[in-house]
Amino acid sequence: MATGIRDKVAILGMGCSKFGERWDKEADDLMVEAFEEAIADAGIEKNQIEAAWLATAIEEQHVGKSGVPLAVALRLPYIPVTRVENYCASGTEAFRGAVYAVASGAADIALALGVEKLKDTGYGGLPQRGRGALNSMFWPNLSAPGSFAQLAAAYRAKHNKKPEDLKRAMAHISVKSHDNGNKNAKAHLTNKITMENVLQSPMIAEPLGLFDCCGVSDGSACAIVTTPEIAKSLGKKDIISVKALQLAVSNGTEAQHNSWDGSYFATTRVASKRAYKEAGIEKPREEIDLIEVHDCFSVTELVTMEDLYISPEGGAIKDVLDGFYDADGKVPCQIDGGLKCFGHPIGASGMRMIYELYLQMQGKAGPRQRKELPRYGLTHNLGGFPHQNVCSISVIGKYGD
Amino acid sequence: MAVEAARDCLTGQDRGKVASVAFASTTLPFEDRLNAGIICEALNLKANINAQDLTASQRAATSGLITALQMARGGAGPVLMVAAEKRRTRTASPLELQTGDGAAALLVGSGPVVAKFIASASRTVDFVDHFRGEGFEFDYTWEERWIRDEGYNKIVPAALDDLFKSTDVKPADIAHFAMPCVLARVAAGIAKKAGMPETAVRDNLHAVCGETGAAHPLVMLADALEKAKPGDKILVVGFGQGCDALLFEATENLAKLSPRLGVKGHLARRKEETNYNKYLSFNDLVAIERGMRADVDKATPLSSLYRNRRMLTGFIGGECKKCGTLQFPKSNVCVNPNCNAFHTQEDAPFADTPAKVQSYTADRLTYSPDPPHYYGMVVFEQGGRTMIDFTDADAETVDVAAPMRMMFRIKEYDSNRGFTRYYWKAAPAGKPAQAKA
Repeated sequence: MATGIRDKVAILGMGCSKFGERWDKEADDLMVEAFEEAIADAGIEKNQIEAAWLATAIEEQHVGKSGVPLAVALRLPYIPVTRVENYCASGTEAFRGAVYAVASGAADIALALGVEKLKDTGYGGLPQRGRGALNSMFWPNLSAPGSFAQLAAAYRAKHNKKPEDLKRAMAHISVKSHDNGNKNAKAHLTNKITMENVLQSPMIAEPLGLFDCCGVSDGSACAIVTTPEIAKSLGKKDIISVKALQLAVSNGTEAQHNSWDGSYFATTRVASKRAYKEAGIEKPREEIDLIEVHDCFSVTELVTMEDLYISPEGGAIKDVLDGFYDADGKVPCQIDGGLKCFGHPIGASGMRMIYELYLQMQGKAGPRQRKELPRYGLTHNLGGFPHQNVCSISVIGKYGD
Repeated sequence: MAVEAARDCLTGQDRGKVASVAFASTTLPFEDRLNAGIICEALNLKANINAQDLTASQRAATSGLITALQMARGGAGPVLMVAAEKRRTRTASPLELQTGDGAAALLVGSGPVVAKFIASASRTVDFVDHFRGEGFEFDYTWEERWIRDEGYNKIVPAALDDLFKSTDVKPADIAHFAMPCVLARVAAGIAKKAGMPETAVRDNLHAVCGETGAAHPLVMLADALEKAKPGDKILVVGFGQGCDALLFEATENLAKLSPRLGVKGHLARRKEETNYNKYLSFNDLVAIERGMRADVDKATPLSSLYRNRRMLTGFIGGECKKCGTLQFPKSNVCVNPNCNAFHTQEDAPFADTPAKVQSYTADRLTYSPDPPHYYGMVVFEQGGRTMIDFTDADAETVDVAAPMRMMFRIKEYDSNRGFTRYYWKAAPAGKPAQAKA
C-alpha cells in the first residue's frame, strides 16, 4: 500500500508573475519574473536546483516544445528539464513531477515552472489548436465555453433547478471573484463587477455570458521544492508541505458510455476522494479552509463545489448564494481572484493557485489575507471538456500538522 | 443530399442487395474522385459493387435511369440511381431565382416494383441552351424564346412521338406528366400538343424547391409516385442536349412501401431562411469576414480518413459481443466500466438509430458559417453516445431530451485544396410521412 506524499516534500520558495496582456514581454521574460521571486524566497542559489519541470500547453503559440525553453531562459546548468503537458492541469503536473523527484530522493531541490504566452494570436479566447488527425474529423467544432456550458443544462435537469436560479448563482461566483481580484495587484482583471454586469453580458455559449468566462492571459508561476529536512537546515520556519497530489484522467466512459449524465465531473470526484485520503482529511467541508478551483467558467466552479464534496449534491447554488465561498465565508474559493481575474495562461494556472495558498498560510497575502491562517488548502485544475478531461488536485498545509 | 435521398429511398430495403450505384449531377464535389463511391461508403453498401458518376448534362439522371432500367432488365440490378444538384448561380441572375438544390434516389430492379417501366425514347441533339465551360463557375445562357421554340418545342415532341409509337399506351392515358422546365407553360403546351390530359401536367415544384437541375426529373418522378394510384401512367422527361422520355405504370406495391420522408416529408422538415445576405454567405457568393478562428488549416489526412472510413463516412461504431454495450467509435477495449473487455467489438451501424439530446449549447465563439453553432451530447436509444455537431438546429427545435436523427453532411471544406470532407451531424428529427393509404 502506497504511503502517499503527505509531508514528504516542503515548498522552499514560490514566485508568480503579474498576469495579464503582457504585450511587452516574451515567455522567457515571464519565466524569469516568476523565478526571481521564487529563488529569492527560497534563499538558495540557482545552481542548487538539481532537476526542473516546465509546464506549457499551447507551446506552438510561444516557446515551442521540450524542456529547452526553460533551460535557456534561466541558463540552467545542464540539469534534467522535462516539459509536461496535460491540458489545463499542466502546471500542477509540473509541480507533481518536481515533488515526486524530491520524494523519491532523485533530487534534493527541484523546480516546477509553468508559463503560457497566449496573447499573440490576434483574437480573443483560447487559441484554435490541433486535436489530432482523427479527432479533428469527428469531434464537433467545439470551443471551451461551448463544452462547459453544457453542464448547465444537465445540472438543471438532474437537480430540477430553475434556469434563473442557476444563472444567479453563477453570476454571484463571478462577482465574488472580481471582489477578490480587486485586492490583488498581480491579477489581470482588478475591476469590481455587479450582478447586472454578469446577467446582462453578451452571450458566448448559452447559458454562459461574457462574465461567466475567465479571460485569456499571459503569465508564469513557479515553485521550488525540497525535503522538510533540507528546508529546516536552510533556516525555514513554519514550513508549508505537500499533503496530497492526485490526478484522475477520463478513460472515455463519460464521452461514450451512457452511465454519465453530464452534470458533474467524474474525474474530480475520484481525484478529490483520493486526495482527501492521502492528506488524511475526513470531512472536507469542515477541515479545508481555503480552495482555489478551476473556474474557467462560473458553472464549472459551481458544480466543482459538489464534486469536491464540500457542498452536498444539488446544494451548491444555496451555498454560493449564502456566501459560503466568499472571501469572508466559511471556505473562501478564489480568494486571489481565480481564473476569472487572473485569466488562464494554461501552464501557469495550477502553480498560481498553489502560490496563493502558500502566501495565505504564511500570512503574506496582503489586503486579501484571511484573518485566521488557513490550515489545509486545496487546489483543483480541470483540463479538457466535461465529457473528457484530466483533473488534478493538490492539498497543502503546515508541515507536521 | 444524395446520401440523404438514398437513405430515404432504401428505407425498408435490403442494402446488401444493391448491385450497382449511379450518381448523376453536374455539380459534383469532385472532378477526379468517384463521387458515387462516397455514397456507397456512407450507405455501407457491399464492396463488390459497380459505381459510376454521370454528369455534364441536365438529363444525366434520366439517361442514367434508362441505363439502370436496362441493366435491371438484364438481371444486373438492383441499381441505386441517385441524382443531386447544388446549383451555383451568379448573384442577381435570372437563374438565381429559378434554381434550387435537391436530390432524389430510385432503386431500380425487378420483383414487386412500385412503378413498372414500359418504354423510353431518347434524342441527342447538340442544342446548347446554356453551358458551363471547364474552370468556369457559372452557367452562360441563351435567349429563352429560342430555347423554347427551337429546343423544347421541337426536341421533346419528336421523342414523345417515338415513345408512343413503341407502346400501346396513348397520350390520353397519361396521368402524370413530369417534365422540368423553367420556362412558363412549355410543359403544358407540349402535353396539349401530344394529346395528354391537361390535368396530367405535374407541378414543377419550382415554387417550393426551385429547379434542381439534373436531379429535377427524378425529384418530380418521386413526387408523382407519392401521389400516383395503382395503374397510373407516369411520363418523365429529362431535357439537355436532346431529351429522354420514360414511361412507367404505378403498381399496387406503392401502398406497401415503408413510411419515409419523401419529397413531401423533406419539404415539411424545412427550416426557412429569408435573409438574402445569408444565402449569399452560405453559397460563398460574397467575400465575407469569417474571423481569424476560421483561418485554421483544414487539410484532411487521407490515409487516416481511409483507415477510418467505416467510422467517419459510414458512421459505424462497435458492439461488445461480451456485454452487448453499443459504443461509438468502435475501439479495442469495451467502454462499459463493468466490462472493459479487449477485442470484443463488432461493427454496429449508428446512422439510423434514433437519438436524444443529453446536453447542448449554442456557441457564439467557435467559428460557424451560420452562428450560433449548435452542438452537444446525443445519446442513442439502444446505447452509445457521441458529442457531435448539430445541423438544421435552432432554439425552437433543440432542447434536453429532444429527438434527433443523424444526417450525412459536409464537415469541412478545405478551400486551399478543394477537398470536401463529410461526416455526420445530428438534426432535429422530422416525423416520417405515413405510408400511403
